[in-house]
Amino acid sequence: MLSQHLLVLQVVVPLLSAPLCALLPLASPGKYFSNKLAWLIATVASLISFVISILLAIEVSKHGYISYELGGWTPPWGIEYRIDHLSAYVLLIVSGIASITMLAAQKSIEKEIAHEKISLFYSAFLLCLTGLLGIVATGDAFNIFVFLEISSLSSYVLIALGNNRKALTASYQYLIMGTIGATFILIGVGLLYMLTGTLNLVDLQQKIPELLDSRALHAAFAFFTVGISLKLALLPLHLWLPNAYAYAPSMITVFLSATATKVSLYVLFRFFFGLFSNEVTFGEFHLDKILLPLSILAILIASAVAIFQDNIKRMFAYSSVAQIGYMTLGIGLATKSGSVAGMLHLFNHAIIKGGIFLAMACIVIRTNSVQLSNFAGLGKRMPWTMAALLLLGLGLIGVPFTAGFISKWYLLIAALDQRSWLAAAVIVGGSLLAIIYVWKVIEYAYLKTSSKTIDSDTASTKEAPLQMLIPLWLLVAASIYFGFETSFSFGFANTAINALFK
Amino acid sequence: MNNRRSLILREVSNVVIPSVLLYALYVQFHGEYGPGGGFQAGVIFAAGVILYALVYGRKKTQKIFPTSVIRYFVSIGLLLYAGVGVASMFMGGNFLDYNVLSHDPQHGQHLGILLIELGVGITVAAVMIMIFYMLDEYAEKK
Repeated sequence: MLSQHLLVLQVVVPLLSAPLCALLPLASPGKYFSNKLAWLIATVASLISFVISILLAIEVSKHGYISYELGGWTPPWGIEYRIDHLSAYVLLIVSGIASITMLAAQKSIEKEIAHEKISLFYSAFLLCLTGLLGIVATGDAFNIFVFLEISSLSSYVLIALGNNRKALTASYQYLIMGTIGATFILIGVGLLYMLTGTLNLVDLQQKIPELLDSRALHAAFAFFTVGISLKLALLPLHLWLPNAYAYAPSMITVFLSATATKVSLYVLFRFFFGLFSNEVTFGEFHLDKILLPLSILAILIASAVAIFQDNIKRMFAYSSVAQIGYMTLGIGLATKSGSVAGMLHLFNHAIIKGGIFLAMACIVIRTNSVQLSNFAGLGKRMPWTMAALLLLGLGLIGVPFTAGFISKWYLLIAALDQRSWLAAAVIVGGSLLAIIYVWKVIEYAYLKTSSKTIDSDTASTKEAPLQMLIPLWLLVAASIYFGFETSFSFGFANTAINALFK
Repeated sequence: MNNRRSLILREVSNVVIPSVLLYALYVQFHGEYGPGGGFQAGVIFAAGVILYALVYGRKKTQKIFPTSVIRYFVSIGLLLYAGVGVASMFMGGNFLDYNVLSHDPQHGQHLGILLIELGVGITVAAVMIMIFYMLDEYAEKK
């Protein structure tokens, strides 16, 4: 009976679990039972939504798309949940990373968050997950905005819970920028609704070609572009991201870095190709003329800035801005193969960056700091964590036999197909810059010995708890697996973009 | 708090607060046919409670609406909303399909929208009151 409701359950399961976590009594000293229970609820809910997204992906690859009428009202009048290959792909990433995050989270959260706030923390996490899954599952433009706000508001809360007081300003910055972005998207949706009288994405897509002369449509497109670029931290609008990622609780950085910007990128794909279609986006509005230069700047500037960071979490946050540049570069090439490569990089980068920040969480739980100087000699004291970081770092650079190589390879081919030599040079150059900043960490961890006399504190630093190492190595294994076996990651992205492009 | 100075305030609010709360309930339960609904009703109800707290102080208000209870109502409203959706799913319809909630689809729609809006109203009112309590507690600490 439940199989036909899978699509809505994808969103409803975390939505129902969130208030359950909030209902638990707050933990008081000595009574941490409700924190454990909240963690259990959050983990089970994440795992269930992961299983659902796998079932949905199987279903979608059979039928092409699934549609669900909310409240039994037929679209375009009622709200429709609709997923195709593209959505199923992103749902898999979001729920998969959420599961990994929750499996690893317990110890790290207990260390970093005040005990009486932990059950509410899990509640906010589940709301964030609900929002992200909802954005992808829904087939209604206004619903996308609503879920965007659910996920954003809860992520502001989650980031503000970071230990460092700077987390508050980082979260406030994100709040201002995120709200402006969401408002722009809402104005875009409002203009489209004014023009067409419908909010259903499929319905909108059919009505847009007749309206190409309308000024309001041009304005809507511009509002979407700026709003989504803010949300996905495209270079000149990225300023909220480094601090938000650097000062958020470790596990939240893991989750958000691998999902939040990726879902924004999904919205970009959905609006610009699903709603406006690629002919309109590139042919009429020439989005590629803006996207390509900005992506190139993002890759070069963000990578260069990353090299000079001493806070390693912040360094990898800047690296995220650069990697987002790779994804938008793929789109900016204005070809099918470019978008497929961008999509593929979205998938691979989610795994790699999620893993890197999980390794950061492992280091924070043992040493309390992610300053570069703190990494000295860590290769000996935390061999498994640092080995994982090394392998994931290789993936980030794009060394062969890692997932990062595959997506950069496809990006390079797409750029060469277009005879865009500059883009091709930047893809390679960005990887060289990545070598520098990844090497910086590796050098400190393996080749420098701790200059301080080994006091009792550093000597007792042991390997991270197994509960965190196993999920970390799952991500490492995934990043290597998808470096060899691309039939799923590439095949699914390829089908998704082929269905979307005309 | 100096009670003598706020005599007029108290007398006026004694008249206003009950009517505000009553009006909130009116907006709540007429939302499906008239203007209004759960969100507006929740805000109006919370405004009544907050007015009481402004006049008589937070401590006195917390005797009537204790923080611990309000905290549960934040979640209960959402659970009621989603619960109706899940119930309609188990009764053979889609998520939030009110038709199946009763034998007569029209009754089902009626029941469904009332319950949903009640859920919204409860959560909105509880969140508003909770935010006021927290801000007030924060200001007191300072």
